[in-house]
Amino acid sequence: MGKFFERPLVPDDLDRVEGKEKVTGTASYAAEYDVPGVHYGVLVNSSIAKGKISTLNTREAERSPGVVAVVTHLNRPKIPFWDNPPEQQDNKRVEGQEFRVFFDDTIYFDRQPIALVIADTFERATYAASLVKATYKKESPSTNIKNNLDKALTAKQAQDYSRGDKDALKSAPVKIEAQYTTPFQVHNPMETHAATVVWDAPDKVTVYNKTQATKIAQQDIMRTFGLKAENVIVHSPYVGGAFGSSSRVWPEEMAALIGAKKSGKPVKVMLRRDEAFNMVGYRPTSVQRISIGAQSDGTMTGINHEAFGSTSQYEKFAERIVDPTKALYNCANVSTSYRLVPLDMSTPCWTRGPGETSGSFALESAVDELSYALKMDPLELRLKNFAEKDPDNGKPWSSNYLKECYESGAKKFGWKNRNPQPKSMQKDGWLLGMGMAAGIYHAGRSPATVSATLRSNGTLLVQTSVADTGPGSATIMTQIAAEAMSIDVRKVEFQWGHSTLPPAPGQFGSQTTASTGSGVYDAVKALQKKIAGMLSGKQGWAFSGLPVEDISFADEMIVDKNGDKVSYDDALKELSVKEIKAEFESKPTEEREQYSGYSFAAHFVEVLVHPETKMVKMNRVVCAVDAGRVINKKTAASQVYGSMVWGTGIALMEEGILDHRYGRYVNNDFANYHIPVNADICHVDVLFTDKPDPILDPMGAKGLGEIGLVGFAAAVANAVYHATGKRVRDLPITLDKLL
Amino acid sequence: MTNDNTQDKQEQPGELLETRRQFLKQSSAITAIALVAPALVDAAEKKLDEKAADIFEKVPLSIEINGKQHQLSVEPRVTLLDLLREQLHLTGSKKGCDYGQCGACTVHVNGKRVLSCLSLAVMQDGKKVTTIEGLATGSTLHPMQLAFIKHDGFQCGYCTPGQIMSAVACINEGHAGSDDEIREHMSGNLCRCGAYHNIVAAIREVNAKGGKS
Repeated sequence: MGKFFERPLVPDDLDRVEGKEKVTGTASYAAEYDVPGVHYGVLVNSSIAKGKISTLNTREAERSPGVVAVVTHLNRPKIPFWDNPPEQQDNKRVEGQEFRVFFDDTIYFDRQPIALVIADTFERATYAASLVKATYKKESPSTNIKNNLDKALTAKQAQDYSRGDKDALKSAPVKIEAQYTTPFQVHNPMETHAATVVWDAPDKVTVYNKTQATKIAQQDIMRTFGLKAENVIVHSPYVGGAFGSSSRVWPEEMAALIGAKKSGKPVKVMLRRDEAFNMVGYRPTSVQRISIGAQSDGTMTGINHEAFGSTSQYEKFAERIVDPTKALYNCANVSTSYRLVPLDMSTPCWTRGPGETSGSFALESAVDELSYALKMDPLELRLKNFAEKDPDNGKPWSSNYLKECYESGAKKFGWKNRNPQPKSMQKDGWLLGMGMAAGIYHAGRSPATVSATLRSNGTLLVQTSVADTGPGSATIMTQIAAEAMSIDVRKVEFQWGHSTLPPAPGQFGSQTTASTGSGVYDAVKALQKKIAGMLSGKQGWAFSGLPVEDISFADEMIVDKNGDKVSYDDALKELSVKEIKAEFESKPTEEREQYSGYSFAAHFVEVLVHPETKMVKMNRVVCAVDAGRVINKKTAASQVYGSMVWGTGIALMEEGILDHRYGRYVNNDFANYHIPVNADICHVDVLFTDKPDPILDPMGAKGLGEIGLVGFAAAVANAVYHATGKRVRDLPITLDKLL
Repeated sequence: MTNDNTQDKQEQPGELLETRRQFLKQSSAITAIALVAPALVDAAEKKLDEKAADIFEKVPLSIEINGKQHQLSVEPRVTLLDLLREQLHLTGSKKGCDYGQCGACTVHVNGKRVLSCLSLAVMQDGKKVTTIEGLATGSTLHPMQLAFIKHDGFQCGYCTPGQIMSAVACINEGHAGSDDEIREHMSGNLCRCGAYHNIVAAIREVNAKGGKS
């Protein structure tokens, strides 16, 4: 363990294996399959956020040219799972009742789909959708979390937590207490959610969709329509960004499934950008209160973190908002609570750095506030409270190079040049601020099954259902396979993103390399063992009767202890087989249970704030990251660049704004919901500790997709405070809050 | 349904196109209606709403796409982007917002970058369109495509065709003189994965190598 990739055979800056398809436009996304006879489904959405549909008139739409069907709750086909009694609708993945599109006349959220119009062209379907008329029995919606904190509920996934003495911070000589809020943030992947559905038979369906988990999508569809696994085929090799928003099946997929069943035609549904704001998840809004107490030398004596997050009226969605508070600092007395506030909106879902991102904004802003109260350098304060083991459960870290991140990041950034006094530094007539923050993110690993096949042309085929929504997993899996098999990387063919391939966990929670990567490693090792066994079992040649462990694989040759060698393709010829295949289910080891596994980061941010207009410009960023062994330098750095772009958006611009009178988004497009553009981004230096974790998986890798985002928004807020002397606790930090 | 003379679909478009041509030959609208009216009545009697609609709704379009001339018949409401994606199956041009706010649909029209989602197909009559599918020369990738791969200028790949078409234009326009200038002139192309850093690196390199296209 840990030696793997020490001196990689495979270049550690390998270009993406699917790069050519992506730069030539030949990669096909969910709405781009050339399915013969495909029809276009366009949704009609409710004009109220809460109430009942009174009348729904589809006659004119049905008569419009090209229309083959209009599906509503009044004429939808029977859907076995939904039409079961409630006690038989137990979807293990949600707490509450999952949303059922076109189920009945109830409206739970604004612009809820009420009909799907299916026509032979997109334009005809779009026009006909405008002809559907509905009337409603309207009720007054509640969408403002701050007005509804008294209605907060607990969720199974979010129990109160306490260690040590809850009242310890009352007697602390230095204490800060503050409330932080974060708004609705919407994933907004560049590809809107889409699905193309073909019912091959009444009990057999093929779905081209946008999912981070073909197996979860397959199971959701099987359960809903009562189908066998082999009769639900989900293709999703190319996903145009997801960030958590494709971790379950959504209304547009169900609408396409129902519409295709009803019309008897293949149907594709692609959401408009405005529909992507309220139908396919988002990051819930939060209100958080944090108190931290410390001795005058900076030793933290108590932390209390109370969080409220929004959810829908029909499901309890809980994220990990208070988790960083439990594990980041060596503080004996910590208590957290997390309550859900149901609003008349669709259900939120995992959003990059789910929970940790909002929670760490509050925690790491509060730690910065504490540093000023203590008159202590914020980096020094963090080092003072560095946790040598996981303070949550007392387990040793599987690996923790956070101190090295602090050190290397501070050095690269020039933290020592910072004048601690707020509003003391300037550059070119702008106020200059330097801020920093830490990040922590759980290093997960789930079981993954992978198959590896050595073929007679000397190539290795590796297959698993894992998705690659952009992190570069297909490339990394190819590298791991080549390294494990000792084969030229160009001879590895990796297949992914298809439900008929062996089961892999969803690509979320920063666990893909650790889970599926281990699966690839183990499958290749199982294949080698199988080949060695077959060689040993064959009579009358060099390898006959050798113990399997004496046969090794190096430089595309199979070698025995005496130095006898045979190439991979010659071995297959000797054995008179065309290919040898092994499949292996890889699981976390028991040893892992004795350790606490996390990725860590230290973010250093420099901002410039215009003294008159208060415009904030990102000027310079250093992110130092401990994500274990880095398998691909290029794709790894890209993950951190991407997190920095997300963090910039969250800190400075992203906010889903609702008109609470109507429970309706007023900024559901890119002109009004701002995400960072190229000119908003500054230079970033990404530093990796690149030290293998000896416990978590054979590659020594920890998760990397989210860690760059956890704490980042706080680092920006802290830099803005340092520049201006103004503490903004309510994201995003728009200039009106600095005036 | 588009009628692409270079590759006829199952439906026979001849009759329809012929009627359309006759329609256009008439300078007087009254004459045109008089000519088409029997067909309309016939269509109505047979409840062939669609055929009547087709006659009125479609307009001929002569357009060169990636060096290939197309004679098409399209509804005036069809955008260039939907024509490319849904009728010609050139799905490299992406739909990210459909409102001209994201740049994923960027193509070149007569050598200039254009948002195909904000352009009606019929307005491109007689013009030359280049999409991402037409950027490479045979199997040889364009220098910008190679630079995007080398510098990891993408992750999910969805905004990538638009970024690349914009990047090529950015250099041709002379707007790639510095990183700041590149950032400014590439800010119409959103990337949610956050590959901006690497996109700038790719453009900088191609520009430094005099990579005009």
